Amino acid sequence: MRELSLNVLDIAQNSIAAAASCIRIEVLENSAAHTLTIGIHDDGKGMTEEQVQKVLDPFYTTRTTRKVGMGVPLFKMAAEQTGGSFTISSKVGVGTHVEAVFKTDSVDFTPLGDMPSTVVTLISMNTDRDFLYRHQVDDKEFTLSTGELRSILGDVPLSEPEVVQWIREYVKENTELLYGGVQV
Amino acid sequence: MKTIEELMAIRESAKKKMTVREDTGDDNIRVVVGMATCGIAAGARPVLNAFVDEIEKRGIKGVTVSQTGCIGMCQYEPIVEVLEPGKEKVTYVKMTPEKAVRVVNDHIVNGNPIVDYTVGVATK
Repeated sequence: MRELSLNVLDIAQNSIAAAASCIRIEVLENSAAHTLTIGIHDDGKGMTEEQVQKVLDPFYTTRTTRKVGMGVPLFKMAAEQTGGSFTISSKVGVGTHVEAVFKTDSVDFTPLGDMPSTVVTLISMNTDRDFLYRHQVDDKEFTLSTGELRSILGDVPLSEPEVVQWIREYVKENTELLYGGVQV
Repeated sequence: MKTIEELMAIRESAKKKMTVREDTGDDNIRVVVGMATCGIAAGARPVLNAFVDEIEKRGIKGVTVSQTGCIGMCQYEPIVEVLEPGKEKVTYVKMTPEKAVRVVNDHIVNGNPIVDYTVGVATK
């Protein structure tokens, strides 16, 4: 993957496939410690201990259209190649937690990339799910909850083009503020 | 800056429009973008965004853009299927945002599928 935000988009698809109703995505950047932590947490159907071990194997997949499942292994590799760490835990009927820690000062660190694009794609393509997004850069933080947006919008769906456009601008502007107004 | 107040205003204007649009459901054109690991890695996200943007920019109604998983032709990703009611499905392969704009204009607006971008030509 060219940027980590694409890994996030990919991993979140697993949550959607696991019938999660709420998906929490956290991006925490700590410039003093040179770390970036990405967490994807869902309340989907979860996995057994055995399945958790298997998803780390690229030759395991639940799909039938092809024989490989690269999503989780690619994300794990992206974290571990920086000297960071990767954990996945899951419980049947409860949900799955994926967390990757990246060392941002490593030469093998893949840039985070366009997180707003990932967030907007997820929200607008899965309006039947709820997303909680938190992006923290040192002492600055931006949070977005589709539950809150829904309560403001009432009967108007999140898929409404003007709403999607608003979310896109809103996330983009607030993400830029996290970096002190620099374009992302 | 985008504000919550603006979102409330969008709600009010969208409510009025929604009543008009509700009966267009069945003859919708569907644009389906493959968004599994293979699709995403090959560049499906900007392709999906290009479709959404172009359709909105031109104010085209009755087109829905959605996503799907892997359909088993990973080497041809990003793959986009255009489904029009009563017509054969058109499968576009190795898509780019630029090609997406052309598909919207030539195929969706003018009804002329772009044969050069289709899976039939790519696999010849």
